[in-house]
Amino acid sequence: MKKFLEGSQAVAEVVSLCKPGVIAAYPITPQTHIPEELSRMVAEGILSSQFVNVESEHSAASVVLGSTASGVRSYTASSSQGILLMSEVLFNIAGLRLPVVLTCANRAVSGPINIWNDQQDSISLRDSGWIQFYVENIQETVDFHIIAYRIAEDRRVMLPVMVCMDGYILTHGLEPVDMPTQEKIDKFLPPYKPLYKLDPENPLTLGFLGDSDYYTETRFAIQKTHQELLNLIPKIMLEFKNTFGRDYKDGLVERYYIEDAERVIVAMGSICGTIKEAVDDLRKKGKKVGLLKIITFRPFPSEQIYKALKDVAKVAVIDRAVSLGSLAPLYSEIRALFFGKKQAPKQISSFIAGLGGRDVTLDSIKGIFKKLSLNKEIKEEFLDLKPELLQEEL
Amino acid sequence: MFGPIFIKPLTSRNNKTGSWRITQRPKFLQKNCIACKMCFLICPEGCIEGEEKNTYHCDYDYCKGCGNCAEVCPKQDIVMVKES
Amino acid sequence: MQRKVLFAPGHTACAGCGQAIAARLVIETAGSNTIVANNTGCLEVFSSRYPESSWGVPWIHSLFENAAAVASGIELALKYLGKKENINIIAQAGDGGTADIGFQALSGMFERGHDCLAICYDNEAYMNTGVQRSGLTPFGSETTTTPAGRFSFGNPTYKKPIPEIALAHGIVYVATASIGFPQDLQRKVKKALSLKGPKYIQIHVPCPLGWRHEPSLTYRIAKLAVETGLYPLFEYENGTLTSVRKITPKPVEEYLKLQGRFKHIIGNLEEIKKIQLIADNNIKRYNLLAES
Repeated sequence: MKKFLEGSQAVAEVVSLCKPGVIAAYPITPQTHIPEELSRMVAEGILSSQFVNVESEHSAASVVLGSTASGVRSYTASSSQGILLMSEVLFNIAGLRLPVVLTCANRAVSGPINIWNDQQDSISLRDSGWIQFYVENIQETVDFHIIAYRIAEDRRVMLPVMVCMDGYILTHGLEPVDMPTQEKIDKFLPPYKPLYKLDPENPLTLGFLGDSDYYTETRFAIQKTHQELLNLIPKIMLEFKNTFGRDYKDGLVERYYIEDAERVIVAMGSICGTIKEAVDDLRKKGKKVGLLKIITFRPFPSEQIYKALKDVAKVAVIDRAVSLGSLAPLYSEIRALFFGKKQAPKQISSFIAGLGGRDVTLDSIKGIFKKLSLNKEIKEEFLDLKPELLQEEL
Repeated sequence: MFGPIFIKPLTSRNNKTGSWRITQRPKFLQKNCIACKMCFLICPEGCIEGEEKNTYHCDYDYCKGCGNCAEVCPKQDIVMVKES
Repeated sequence: MQRKVLFAPGHTACAGCGQAIAARLVIETAGSNTIVANNTGCLEVFSSRYPESSWGVPWIHSLFENAAAVASGIELALKYLGKKENINIIAQAGDGGTADIGFQALSGMFERGHDCLAICYDNEAYMNTGVQRSGLTPFGSETTTTPAGRFSFGNPTYKKPIPEIALAHGIVYVATASIGFPQDLQRKVKKALSLKGPKYIQIHVPCPLGWRHEPSLTYRIAKLAVETGLYPLFEYENGTLTSVRKITPKPVEEYLKLQGRFKHIIGNLEEIKKIQLIADNNIKRYNLLAES
């Protein structure tokens, strides 16, 4: 049954269907509608979770750390500065192998302070050990929250998952959504059975000091689990398809008109909607263009990306984040995976776009495809830059 | 595929900190003890035990020789002696 | 009486560690139906080094400043599971983890009314990182970041009044304790855990390494801090002062002279007078004088 829902409302609804026992929240724009809606559900008895308003994002993450360690499924959401304030705790949650699920309402990072969308916040946490999904629309947002809990709590995984949804565009946008039934979710997502927990019956010590004799192995174990996730995620996606009827293929990347494409844009998140529109338009005119959407950024699906792009002549990577002082984050990883490979695109260009909420228009995307038809690799271009603003003296 | 993620309880017993003692060790004379339990309460290692008067003793496998038990004993029934 | 060991020997605290004394007294008084969240600090390091743990209760360490928030999460989880009634929750930290970096999380836990006991092991500086000044370092004390010198008599500030600040949150129980009075400490832990809601106990724990005293003097020095009036022992229940430990005050110099951290002050009458004034004010404020 389709409902017309705001993204945040859809998230709250699907999270409530996943039945978390503890929800901790601290408000930050544009995440606020999610905890507001969840608190309303608790207030009205629709949801029987312990909902707590804490005094900072640091404590929101710490509360769900404590509750998950006590064996209870937990949820929190944040954005931008908030998720950066959490960052210390987020590394710790992954290190403790706790299957927390967090929604990141992607937003630019200060300064200057900017409440609008880009992906600098979650991209900055790429090394934290969290699994990261980047969703394109509200339906995907809903589905990947269910998938997030299922994967996080899988005993072969036991790692936290961040569902990254573009702030405003998805959190405040409205779309028709097929909200899965409780029955189907219960079938796909069994109750959380922790591997270990804080329990006086079995008094374990968690969060120990691991010195140089042991620390490396804890990191290696997470790294290995991420590598194994590249095989596990497609299996779980197949189960998802069988239960809910929606097919996300391997759940790692989405190939949109890639097969015969000569020019392909690689991107993550809601911008892929605009890119698909551009591809559709250009395909009608006989242009061989396509999109490679990265859904799973951590673990990074190098093999799948390699296979999708190896025969494409010209590739453009769009980053909605900057690694100040180096190559754009997604771009650098895509370049790196082709190092030493015989089959590789002739050109891989880098575009940094949509920072701090700057609109990425259909024309801008078509402009990128046009630039790809020129025989010149673009090492770095800030899309739709306003050079006149740079003329001013400090 | 997991790294070590927890420790079983009370496993520090494997670490015999008695080897830390350098110069002195407590000697429990067990003559004038009134079973006030102060030595038991104050031991940083928790390695002193006893029930009745004149039964208190410590586990030298763990005693670091800090000397607080001798300091706290109201009857001077614990004395620090040279480590042999 | 069969004693249940909940803090095993073999930990790697320094000889004569006051915090080790207090931690064992706290957990063995609380009993095995207790979950502990521990901030980063000496206690965490010396009791949980893989592959050995001293803890006989479920115990978790996350970060330097978040034990109170982690404990809040544990409490909510137990509530959700319907198991809170029978299980104590303790959030414990050193003085830096309580008064400085962990203060916001602690205040949040108090204000939200979680049924948890917060313990501060107050050894009056950041001992785990090498004796740097904290918000609970006393006036005049030398630390590695408040050294005495031509222009310094050590720490220029006074102890942050955390018990009073805790009290201002309107929580059910606030007390100070000391390893110099172990039975009193045990009684207070027991009392605190018998009450529902947030509780705070601040325990004075001498540190031979940081305070530069003989390891055998841990107990005597802790006792002297109380007996001089420098570390008053008091107890508030629901905002009302219910007990103080009465003293026949000893001069502060007796306490100061045993510790290297106050060495630069010994013989300086003017500086000693300032510290005596702190004790005198405590004696007046809490009415500590024993009736003769």
